[in-house]
Amino acid sequence: MISFLLRRLAYLALLVLVATSAAYFLAATQLNPRSRYEGRNPPPPAAVVDAALDALNLNDRTPVLERFARWSTGVFHGDLGRTVDNTSVNEEIDRRMWVSLRLMLLGAILGSALGVAGGAYAAVKQYQKFDHVLTVFSFVILSIPTVVLAVLYKNAGIGLNNLLGFTGETKLLYTTGEMTPGLDPWTGAGIMDRMAHLILPTLVLASISIAFYGRYQRNAMLDILGSDFLRTAQAKGLPRSRALIRHGLRTALIPMVTFFAYQFALLFVGATFTEKIFGWHGMGEYFVNSVTGQDVNSVAGVTLFVAILVLIAGFLADVAYAALDPRVRV
Amino acid sequence: MEAAPILQVRDLSVTLDSEAGPVLAVRSVSYSVRPGEVFGIVGESGSGKSVSSLAVMSLLPSHARIRGSVLFRGQELLGQSDRALSRIRGRRIAMVFQDPLSALTPVYSVGDQIAEAILVHESMSREAATERAVELLALVGIPSPRHRATAFPHEFSGGMRQRAMIAMAIANRPDLIIADEPTTALDVTIQAQILQVLRTAQEVTGAAIILITHDMGIIAGMADRVGVMYAGKLVETGSVDDVFYRARMPYTLGLLGSIPRLDRGTHQALTPIEGTPPSLVDLPPGCPFESRCPLRIPSCREVEPPLLEMAASGPGHLAACHRSAEVERRDLKSADVFPAPPPHASDRDGAPRAELDQVLEVQDLVKHFPLVKGAILRRRVGTVHAVDGISFDIRRGETLGLVGESGCGKTTAIMEILNLLAPTSGRIVVFGRDTANITHRERFETRRDLQVVFQDPMASLDPRLPVHDILAEPLEAHGVPAVEHSARVRELLRLVGLEPQHASRYPQALSGGQRQRVGIARALALEPRLLVLDEPVSSLDVSIRAGVINLLEQLKKELGLSYLFVAHDLSVVRHIADRVAVMYLGRFVEIGAVDDVFDRPAHPYTQALLSAIPLPDPVKERTRTRIVLEGDLPDPSDPPTGCRFRTRCQKFSGELADAARRRCIEEQPALAARTGGPDHLDACHYAVTASVL
Ligand code: SF4
Ligand code: SF4
Repeated sequence: MISFLLRRLAYLALLVLVATSAAYFLAATQLNPRSRYEGRNPPPPAAVVDAALDALNLNDRTPVLERFARWSTGVFHGDLGRTVDNTSVNEEIDRRMWVSLRLMLLGAILGSALGVAGGAYAAVKQYQKFDHVLTVFSFVILSIPTVVLAVLYKNAGIGLNNLLGFTGETKLLYTTGEMTPGLDPWTGAGIMDRMAHLILPTLVLASISIAFYGRYQRNAMLDILGSDFLRTAQAKGLPRSRALIRHGLRTALIPMVTFFAYQFALLFVGATFTEKIFGWHGMGEYFVNSVTGQDVNSVAGVTLFVAILVLIAGFLADVAYAALDPRVRV
Repeated sequence: MEAAPILQVRDLSVTLDSEAGPVLAVRSVSYSVRPGEVFGIVGESGSGKSVSSLAVMSLLPSHARIRGSVLFRGQELLGQSDRALSRIRGRRIAMVFQDPLSALTPVYSVGDQIAEAILVHESMSREAATERAVELLALVGIPSPRHRATAFPHEFSGGMRQRAMIAMAIANRPDLIIADEPTTALDVTIQAQILQVLRTAQEVTGAAIILITHDMGIIAGMADRVGVMYAGKLVETGSVDDVFYRARMPYTLGLLGSIPRLDRGTHQALTPIEGTPPSLVDLPPGCPFESRCPLRIPSCREVEPPLLEMAASGPGHLAACHRSAEVERRDLKSADVFPAPPPHASDRDGAPRAELDQVLEVQDLVKHFPLVKGAILRRRVGTVHAVDGISFDIRRGETLGLVGESGCGKTTAIMEILNLLAPTSGRIVVFGRDTANITHRERFETRRDLQVVFQDPMASLDPRLPVHDILAEPLEAHGVPAVEHSARVRELLRLVGLEPQHASRYPQALSGGQRQRVGIARALALEPRLLVLDEPVSSLDVSIRAGVINLLEQLKKELGLSYLFVAHDLSVVRHIADRVAVMYLGRFVEIGAVDDVFDRPAHPYTQALLSAIPLPDPVKERTRTRIVLEGDLPDPSDPPTGCRFRTRCQKFSGELADAARRRCIEEQPALAARTGGPDHLDACHYAVTASVL
């Protein structure tokens, strides 16, 4: 088993290498940091632009292989290079990943717990009211693009504020940012303020997770409900509810662990649209900004970061699978 | 004075929902079970036998509507709350399900699952329950139970899992065990072990058993009383002797007459029951067996016959037929009621075997598979010796039965032959052509003459094609002009006993027996000389099976075919084959004429195999001495040295002295004539013939 996991890890590491290199080459050849200087008035002298680009390892006049060599040497020493604004990519990621985590953690936990519970319950009550409600909810949520969903929730939040008379500085629900600037985050008021900022994006993220997990868990559970071992569990005297949880849900959770592993590893990667709409400066926003800002090193850095997280997620999924399902242990 | 019944089922009816509408799966079934007795319920698929017993335990899906009454020790079970029922389930009434892997939860160890069965009903520590689970595993014959208790279900063989199920069922010393097809998925020597365990379980607990099965032989050997179900109804019930020897309902008679008998052989006439059971979605009024019954009279169509006591037999013998009194008076037997083709005596035209042409010759055929592990990164961890040097030949007009339990290599062997390619080692000669050096063209031509019929007719027929196209396909492939197709298809349909209008049907609109007939017709399309039949009747219900067996026999005679008949069911082989080869772990252990091998088996494995097959004859079954083999099939990637059978051989473990055993361990016995006729070969150093039927 250990050797299997090690081999799997090596395989995943190789994938990270390939993905990151590919991303670097793509970004380095397709993005054009020089254009940032071209619109200036008066246009800076070519030598100055070259010097500035050279300093950032972004000069398109240097052969791409040479730039890649310099970049990857840095990466092996733990340095992801500089952004176009001459800040450290490392610092940028280090700051933003926690923003993303704070944004998404609650939504992910709520969403997966409620999704699994709801899906399992819907399966048990197949074709009854709850099942229909969950099915309609899932289809509606999953068919609306995330941007639209986020905007809808945001507008609903604003509407609720107005309805309840929170039109001044203090709001019931905030729709931009992580917290009100200037508040001490560790006082009671600070925490309340953070919560008020968190509610709407959390609802967006949780809705999506509930819809997604609800669908999958319902189907996984339906497969199990007709199974012989569940009948055996009841035949030996377990009340139905206990048989359903101990034998049914436990087995139906196995196929879900892959999703969990990926979701939780990718919490640091952020949610692009939700971050954008609610004005959180997390990783998702960073990635979009770096593409539009012709920021080669940031794009490559974010890709490497995501790839490593995917690697960890894949590995976690394998370990969790083996832990939950004796049949795959070898 | 008889003891009060512990279970009384009265007018039990079950309606299930289906896409086609409500299915009347069980209709007004009544029976009772007395303490300590074995009550058998027998019936074919869809007869309602399993549904009725699940209804007793209220374990049917929620859409099932159950009516009637189920009294367990005087207490009504139907309509009880789940809580109340869960106190009875597993403690007073336990169940053993059909084996498949699916009956045990895959994620908990076997020991834990048994311990759980104890803990839900008794307050004791986990350790004590685990300890008890280990004792139970020992009781049902699991070797090194303490160690095996920690294993997961997928690490158990089918037989072991069923032992574990029985251990779980007897954990709380129930008063009643319901065993639903407990041995159906198992090989026959393992089935014999499990039936033995079930008997032990009954002795230990004193429980009554409801034994549900489709196998009349198992009923004959195990049950005290039996109920026969057909189309959701109990149509006959009584003591086993009454039902087996004095059956009064035509369906029971048909069922009994349609079973090929291991102890009767080729001289038995099989009585097929024409047609198929009625649909339970909208059942016509009258007797459900009417459309298939040779004794039907006009009133059968209108009035459904009630279960009535048979005056002449012992008490409690009931049959549901308008004419059962007449059947009783005239003491009609299966053959009197159902028209059966005359038994085919050996139809070889007198010429000695050696003078007939060889259609297939196989010499020292070997097939090894690499054993690989891992899903993504595969690595070789050993070699499976699937077929390890088998030799046989088939002459014109002859049927060779190839028998053995799963994993013995019989399927691999026929696949190698059907490939028509040079084997890993050995020689295959088909119609005089050696597959090692035939051209592409010759191989194509040989395929015409060598056709195959598979086990599962549904899987081997393209569901998108109507029967006509299925049958025309091989004709087209071999260049038969299109204008001749229709005539040939009609001819083929007639040959296999189907009607011309079946040509426009799709496979899913046909019954199992009809599908298999289409499969046979397709194989016959190109007028082959040799048919390979891979378990051709094992997926069919008994009453349908007889018709297909008779058809195969008749075709062989009419068309002068040779068959290579692969089956695990030795009774069928005895009925149809001229010669039989018994395989164990990739090698032949015995080969010879059917009567020699079945009446005078020489190899201990053949003897055990024959002895393990239940005979549908209560008196014989009760008085037979049984050889029950120990253990499971060894790992085919690591076969035992010397004689491959020695790890399970009853002679090796029970009769031989140490010095004699040495030879079994060291020297692989060759296939040779040791016990009589030159054509009866066995592979046992110490072969002695014995009669076990
Ligand atoms: S009632 Fe009529 S149709 Fe039914 S079994 Fe008896 S004779 Fe046959
Ligand atoms: S050779 Fe020995 S072990 Fe093999 S079947 Fe004969 S007696 Fe048994």
